[in-house]
Amino acid sequence: MSNKAMVYSEVHQSGWGYYGLLAASAFLVGLGLIAFFYLEHTGHHATGMTNQIVWGLPHVFAIFLIVAASGALNIGSIGTVFNNKPYKPLGRLSGLLAIAFLIGGLMVLVLDLGHPDRLIIAMTHYNFKSIFAWNIILYNGFLALAALYIWTMMDRKMQRFYKPAGFAAFFWRLVLTTGTGSIFGFLVAREAYDSAIFGPLFILISFSLGLALFILITFGLFHWTHRTLNDELLTRKRYLLALFIGAVLFFEAIFHVTALYAAEHTNFETFILLGGSSYSVWFWLGHVVLGSIVPLFMLLLPMCRGRVRSLLMASGLVVVGSFIQLYVIIIGGQAYPLTLFPNADVSSSFFDGVINTYSPSIWELMLGVGGVGVAAVMIVIGVKVLRFLPVSLAQADLGQEPD
Amino acid sequence: MSTNQVNEYRRRFMAGLGLVTGATLASNFVLRSTEAAELVSRPDNEPASSAKRWGMLIDVNRLTEGGAAMVEACKKEHGWGNDPQSSAEQQPQWMRVVKVTDKTTQHSFQLPVMCQHCANPPCVDVCPTGASMKRADGIVYVNKHICIGCRYCMMACPYKARSFVHEPLKDQKVHSPRGMGTVESCNMCVHRIDKGQLPACVEAAPEAVIFGDLNDPESRISQAMKALGGKQIRADLGLNTGVRYLNI
Repeated sequence: MSNKAMVYSEVHQSGWGYYGLLAASAFLVGLGLIAFFYLEHTGHHATGMTNQIVWGLPHVFAIFLIVAASGALNIGSIGTVFNNKPYKPLGRLSGLLAIAFLIGGLMVLVLDLGHPDRLIIAMTHYNFKSIFAWNIILYNGFLALAALYIWTMMDRKMQRFYKPAGFAAFFWRLVLTTGTGSIFGFLVAREAYDSAIFGPLFILISFSLGLALFILITFGLFHWTHRTLNDELLTRKRYLLALFIGAVLFFEAIFHVTALYAAEHTNFETFILLGGSSYSVWFWLGHVVLGSIVPLFMLLLPMCRGRVRSLLMASGLVVVGSFIQLYVIIIGGQAYPLTLFPNADVSSSFFDGVINTYSPSIWELMLGVGGVGVAAVMIVIGVKVLRFLPVSLAQADLGQEPD
Repeated sequence: MSTNQVNEYRRRFMAGLGLVTGATLASNFVLRSTEAAELVSRPDNEPASSAKRWGMLIDVNRLTEGGAAMVEACKKEHGWGNDPQSSAEQQPQWMRVVKVTDKTTQHSFQLPVMCQHCANPPCVDVCPTGASMKRADGIVYVNKHICIGCRYCMMACPYKARSFVHEPLKDQKVHSPRGMGTVESCNMCVHRIDKGQLPACVEAAPEAVIFGDLNDPESRISQAMKALGGKQIRADLGLNTGVRYLNI
């Protein structure tokens, strides 16, 4: 394995800073659990979710975290699969983030179920035609492979499995994110979805979102633990991040242009793109301008591109922009009514033909941030008890490292 | 335009008019009051048979207020429609009357919409646990014992036929238990069919609805569909629905 010379260590800080961070993360978990117990007892009527908008803010958080999980593993894959040596020392952290995000996201998804007590049924009754059922297998497999991948990096006796485990995890995460996107791609009845492009689109969102989160967390952890993080290594990622942002926009553009071309989808595209709803504002200002164009300028303009601060701000905007993008896809897609009869006005007591509204309650927000809390707790404890972080990246990067 | 062409148009118009008149008369003939004569009860120890496929044909011209009485009968039979804590948007609706007006022609009609009991149901495809199921005799419904409440079937249904129960319920019907945190929908009154009775909504609109076995070419519903057709909502999706309509 490449990083023989690299020294890793647990986080040694254990003062107020460490426990304060742990407590803040645990507080978020607590909020999530309170929301879960409350909703489990009273039912979903306390939420903003309805029989019109059936998936709400918890699902946005859950999918955000699940997509981020597979993206976070990419840094490891860049080192292992693409043999880019400078990134190898970050492989362990990459695996930890992947596991933490996935468990955080799954927790939100599971605790929002109408019957979370029946989780065992979801594990024992499989309908193999369902992409949801496949995803249950894909998520569990991903956790196992990411754990194995970390093991091969941490245990000398397992080093010979490092490459195979890295390749398997990389392949698996591509399938997993395709599966997550296909949850929407397979919905034949809804104009907002029903497209094979959701598989690759979600893979690209995972690339940019995962990388942005990885940059922010790596920077935070290294500075907080007073470790040396080579700024050049960090800013090298700016082109990669810019490429991913551009690729997400490209796939999004293909989806909408194709839909605009078909007369049957014109009304939906007007709704989502051309000011027919507040989702248009979120889409253009939140996702496209704030989450894509501004970060691209920050990453590529000569006056900004060398600066770590620009990279961090761009990464932060990508994270926010990706969340907004998923909100528009998930909530905006449901807000537009189903077409029972083309070219007709329809109305009923069940809100047929009506643009549905959604106002999330505090419970949904608590459940969602609970998932973020779970991921944060896992990361904060993980780096404390196991050797995930390199002591320094000052020397071992930029290609001098023995392979 | 030549005289020949005008005559050709006139002939086509008259022929069309004749067809419409014929269809109306035929509809009067075929759609006489529904009887349960074709139905036999299913013994408890026998599984549902794929030899049958239950379905219904609804003539919207013969309905009063688009089938409001059918909706009321369904509410009464299954006990939905008044969950006290749920908002209007959260209330389950197993069946509703939809008013349709074509934007170009302004032609308008009303029809009852519920689970269409598709032969290829998307809700069954997407359900992770198999709770959303199609019985051998074509009835699509939710096995509430293994529904985990993920609502993916609600996302998948093109007809918005599925609802989620948002609150704890009391005093439920013994023959149709509903449960918080599960998804529910029209089950074609499976408990009545198994006893050899008609679904509650069919009984409420006997002049407008024929219920029966779509697999039996001699059944009244098959005969009526052969003579008059039977349109599907969103036929483009290729789901082959068990609920068909006339005059939509």
